[in-house]
Amino acid sequence: MPKVFLAGLWSENPVFRLLLGMCPTLAVTTGARPALTMGVSVIFVLLCSNIMVSLMRNLLRPHLRILMFALTISTFVTIVDLFLKAYQPEMSGVLGPYVPLIIVNCIIIGRAEACASRNSVFTSIVDALGMGFGFTVALVVLASVREILSHGTVFGLEILPLFKSGGWFHGWAMMAMPAGAFITLGLLLGLVNVISRHQEK
Amino acid sequence: MDTLTTLILGFISIVLINNLVLTKFLGICPFLGVSGRIDMALGMGLAVTFVMTLSGALTWLIDHMLLMPLGLEVLRYICFILVIASAVQLVEMYVRKFFPALYESFGIFLPLITTNCAILGLCLFINLWGIDNLSTAVVLSVGGGIGFSLAICIMAGIRENLRLAEVPVALRGAPITLITAGILALAFMGFAGMIKV
Repeated sequence: MPKVFLAGLWSENPVFRLLLGMCPTLAVTTGARPALTMGVSVIFVLLCSNIMVSLMRNLLRPHLRILMFALTISTFVTIVDLFLKAYQPEMSGVLGPYVPLIIVNCIIIGRAEACASRNSVFTSIVDALGMGFGFTVALVVLASVREILSHGTVFGLEILPLFKSGGWFHGWAMMAMPAGAFITLGLLLGLVNVISRHQEK
Repeated sequence: MDTLTTLILGFISIVLINNLVLTKFLGICPFLGVSGRIDMALGMGLAVTFVMTLSGALTWLIDHMLLMPLGLEVLRYICFILVIASAVQLVEMYVRKFFPALYESFGIFLPLITTNCAILGLCLFINLWGIDNLSTAVVLSVGGGIGFSLAICIMAGIRENLRLAEVPVALRGAPITLITAGILALAFMGFAGMIKV
């Protein structure tokens, strides 16, 4: 069981290894807080949908499978969306349509297909937690890099004092923009490749 | 501003300024996956444009004619994904029956379009921007599809040439594609000041 959990964190990390769920990864990582909110939402949806799919795995018909997955997932995504609107209205505004877009996040459909529709409920839960944490960690790492370089902060805490408030660091505006997201993720993927090649040696 | 000008401005803005792939990060998976060859990219772009137009118009109609009058906004996401999945299914059946050759060349792409976030994303953006007439919704859907095709074809063209370049081993494959996309996004930022509304 620990093996299934750890696979999601490193050797099968959904973002860095499997390249799944790229849209939210790039879009919500302007700051560490929206990234964490997105990560937790995905963990919740992934956990619930994995449990549901695993429970009904014997009832699934091949040609209607994807549709059933999509309907199950969109139910839980609606719950998350309403919850965020009610209790975190500000964060809900920042994330905007990327919360409902969790429905088409390939990680969740991918796990439903590859794991939950073939395994017991318990295995599916562990798999969902591992994949979910792996996704969240990847998101927060990427978001922290971008937030430090663009605003000198992480989770709103000052790391590099900005020039305009008396420090020395000039914020790097490009990092908060789409281009910064693509380039940072590209370089991080490169870094992961280098590390894993060192591990193999 | 008269209606036609608004429509034309909306079209230009969704293709270039608010390009779904490069500024909204929608449809990144096929953007990275099938941008290896330019003919495949074009096929994918066409299929997505078609489904996007169909589902953009249908979801707008369902949203405004059914869900809003009945106060059923809670069901919005479920309805949207159902519409998209059925539109894809419909297109698949239609193309298989009447254009078998085209079906062969689309092949794997068609079912994949259901989980293309660009389509659901565009339907959600139409809802978020509060578009209140059908013509604008249709123009935005067509424009969104063309913008997607444009981005994926440019990317395919660059990647065909990138094969001849000497890329550091660690950056080969996805990383260099993402960095290229970043530079492309920078270039598209140049369009940002084009329309002042």
